[in-house]
Amino acid sequence: MSAIAGLALEEAYENDHRPVTVHKPKRKGFLLPIWGWLVILWLSSPIVVMIVFGFNDGTGRATSTKWNGFTFKWYQNLFSISDLTTALGNSITIAIFTTLIAVVLGTLMGVALGRWKFRGAGSVNLLLFANIAAPEVVLGAALLSLFLTLNIPRGYVTILLAHVMFSIAYVVVTVRARMSGLDPSLEEAARDLGAGPLVTFFRVTLPLIAPGVSAGALLAFAMSIDDYIITSFNNGSTQTFPLWVYGAAERTGGSVPPQVNVMGTLIFAFGVIVAVGGAVANRKRA
Amino acid sequence: MSELQLPPDLLRGLTTPRLTRRRAMQLGGMSALGLALAGCSISGSSPSASSGGKVSLEVAREQIATFWASQKKGSQLNFANWPLYIDVGSKNSDHPTLDMFTKQTGIKVKYDEVIQQDDTYYGKIAPQLKQGDGTGYDLMVITNGIYLDDLIERDYLIPLDQSAMPNFYAYASDLVKDTSYDRGNAYTMAWASGITGIGYDPKLVGKKITSWNDLLDPALKGKVGMFGDTEDLPNAALCAIGVNPETSTEADWKKAADWLKKQRPLVRKYYQQDYVAPLSKGDLYASQAWSGDIFQANANGAHLEFVVPDEGAPIWTDNMCIPQHAAHARDAMIYMDWVYQPKIAALLADYINYITPVPATQQIFAAEAKDATSSDDRDYYTTLSTSPLVFPAQADYSKLHRYRVLSAAELTTWNNLFEPIYQS
Amino acid sequence: MISRIWRTRLAPYALILPGWLWLVIFFVVPTLSMLSVSTMTGNDLDGFKQTFHLSTYSDAWSEYHTQIVRSLVYGLIATVLCLVIAYPVAYWIAFRGGRYKSSLLFLLLLPFFVSFVIRTQSWEFMLDDHGMVLGTLRTFHLVGVMKTLHLVSSSGTILQTSTAVIGGLVYNFLPFTVLPIYVALERVEPSLLEASSDLYANKFHAFRKVVFPLSLPGIFAAVLLTFVPVASDYVNAQILGGTKNTMIGTAIETEYFTNLNYPVAAALSFILMAVLLIGVFLYARILGTEDALEMAAA
Repeated sequence: MSAIAGLALEEAYENDHRPVTVHKPKRKGFLLPIWGWLVILWLSSPIVVMIVFGFNDGTGRATSTKWNGFTFKWYQNLFSISDLTTALGNSITIAIFTTLIAVVLGTLMGVALGRWKFRGAGSVNLLLFANIAAPEVVLGAALLSLFLTLNIPRGYVTILLAHVMFSIAYVVVTVRARMSGLDPSLEEAARDLGAGPLVTFFRVTLPLIAPGVSAGALLAFAMSIDDYIITSFNNGSTQTFPLWVYGAAERTGGSVPPQVNVMGTLIFAFGVIVAVGGAVANRKRA
Repeated sequence: MSELQLPPDLLRGLTTPRLTRRRAMQLGGMSALGLALAGCSISGSSPSASSGGKVSLEVAREQIATFWASQKKGSQLNFANWPLYIDVGSKNSDHPTLDMFTKQTGIKVKYDEVIQQDDTYYGKIAPQLKQGDGTGYDLMVITNGIYLDDLIERDYLIPLDQSAMPNFYAYASDLVKDTSYDRGNAYTMAWASGITGIGYDPKLVGKKITSWNDLLDPALKGKVGMFGDTEDLPNAALCAIGVNPETSTEADWKKAADWLKKQRPLVRKYYQQDYVAPLSKGDLYASQAWSGDIFQANANGAHLEFVVPDEGAPIWTDNMCIPQHAAHARDAMIYMDWVYQPKIAALLADYINYITPVPATQQIFAAEAKDATSSDDRDYYTTLSTSPLVFPAQADYSKLHRYRVLSAAELTTWNNLFEPIYQS
Repeated sequence: MISRIWRTRLAPYALILPGWLWLVIFFVVPTLSMLSVSTMTGNDLDGFKQTFHLSTYSDAWSEYHTQIVRSLVYGLIATVLCLVIAYPVAYWIAFRGGRYKSSLLFLLLLPFFVSFVIRTQSWEFMLDDHGMVLGTLRTFHLVGVMKTLHLVSSSGTILQTSTAVIGGLVYNFLPFTVLPIYVALERVEPSLLEASSDLYANKFHAFRKVVFPLSLPGIFAAVLLTFVPVASDYVNAQILGGTKNTMIGTAIETEYFTNLNYPVAAALSFILMAVLLIGVFLYARILGTEDALEMAAA
């Protein structure tokens, strides 16, 4: 999940206009790279399986785990399951809105917690910890009873409310992590030069904490797009990608239609393109 | 909408937990058998029940009739179902049978695949119904078992209009008529059914499996799968010890639990729905299995056998039912009966591959096989029309049992006995 | 003047307010209502009534302490493994990655773009009895050794053992470990590294005296972000585990969905949260940190 976050962090660090010293150790060990590559290989092995399954022929109700021959038909019929397509669309837009809201709220909190010591900070920290530690069933069920009490009809909006709720803490933690590593004298200098608080924030603080912000953003995105339990309580009649996939698995013996693998592959490929594109653009600018 | 048209009496009758299961069963029994129980009255079991706490069955029937008389055909049906549980068109057009329904009746269908599991779906709708809100749906598909029992017991379902089910009574198989979980089909009509039997790989097991007790064979250690649930596992164990689950007693449950404990060291895992892949791949030699899953696994290249053990096996049914406060109850009623036309049922069964509630579809598939132009189609329809997984053999029918219907108190005892076995 | 006061005294509250309100309304209020549910008695059919029945907690503990302890043990083992695996990787990328840092980090974290349903399906595929993992182990004749160490089942399989569950946990939460450590290490100036390797005779000394202490905050954050979600996870145990690997998350699900026993489900959740909180504070105390949560953030 934190995948994207890490990348963003890294990219932002590259933007961090400090001189880049490429460290050259006297004797380069080979153990570290081998270890690193083994771990990368291990982590990406399920993705390879998924991509391969997307090309496996079969009847279409469920992904066959036996190799039945190569086919492009799941790519050609990618959108033939209209409810799956709708669900994927919902998941993507909900994740985008969740990210936007959680990032604004979480960044503000993270900046405050990372910058100042103030009365009540401890209880806010406790709140964030509890939020990360709370089991999902209880969160989902409790939230549903709240929506019922307030008479809020369940659907797209309540999913969004719930997703922002469990994403904020992660944004706060990443932003604060970056914020507490910052030198406050930079902001002071800006203010001494006559910049107002807003200008200082947007021109000085925000660029400096950008890695934390984008890390939190992508974390929120990934968590939202993958949530099952909390969403299942509060979705009303709105479907999301994980819900649909889970339900499909329930009536097809634990497997999923091949299109799901293809969609996974495409989301993955899209992520790669965005990331590589970003890296290349960054390098050119630098 | 519909609430406005209801007389206050009826509104209470349909919204308070007064029609308990006992009542409902008698209610159903009456309509099915036409018994003249009408004279006797029973007390509403809930102390909070209004109007003196006594409502005769006759009054209840009248209330239901009045309710349905007030329900006029509309132009909209909101249908909640499971994913991949209805026919899908070849090109992007959604679901051909739903299009046909709209064309023939003028009722538009909003079809949502929002049910992932009975438990999470129940967890979602029960608080809404308790609050007196609608679910937003007029029709939903729920598996018989504790959640359906609960919906009935708490009066969260609208009793069906028995006069509007001609196709059902003409074509439904005996399997889904007057079931133990819903006497006289007072609340439900079947969507599809499945048998919980044994699926196995004959090559790996090396012999024919015919009995639940074959799953006690030490040779299968670590290669047996069972279900980790509160229905299929205990009810199958009851079958295994030679007891009909429907009429089983607490003493039987203990014996069944002992049977399962004896088997436990051999069991690889108590599965949810993820046993099919390991079974197809040979990680499991034999497993408790659903009929439709095995049909689909074989269609996907596996070579598995499905058997209804000699001692009998549980059969489950996913049921169409109308939740309380449905805005278009009449439209739901029309749809439920409409799918019981053999031609429509065949279109559905063709895709669903579980046991169809309309046996007459078998002839349709046989004819389809005969008229097929391609050999692929011919093979498929021949398999379909002759598959005991879709059309159980007559001999199997007598061996199939419904889940034990449990009262709240019984459910606690039941869960305390069986849960530690599959979850520890 | 006013603006200065605002900045120093009120600013943090103003910045925290919107997010805080969101969490109070959609997290604290519902959670408190669950706290009240946890002391109710009754049943699903007749309804639950508030009776301040505290023994639900002791009942829940005595019924499920096995699963709670197991969750903590699995969480501990998985966290340690995550640290051991993640630290060298984070170090490698931070100091040896050069201009490929971003690509390497990306490659490492790539798989977590994809839905857990698909990931787990692939995992099962690889770990199964005829899968590539066991195949590799057999090639190197390691299955026998692992059997002796009880890392595989007595019939030499991996799926449905503790090994599979912990492996799944390590896999799924590794990014939570790598990221904070990497962030901490990345802040270490390369010049400092050079200076220290000049100062100390061997590289290990340089690492122990200079780099490792600087990465401690990262390790602390990593432990928190790994241990807490791992201990309350249930998906891995449910899918990769067997008959003896149930974790507490599953018990909470069962009490809620199957037994419709909302008080017990709620009580279990609070027990879990309390145990985790205590664990985190103990850890902070051992580490000598004054404010554990503050450290977690740093």
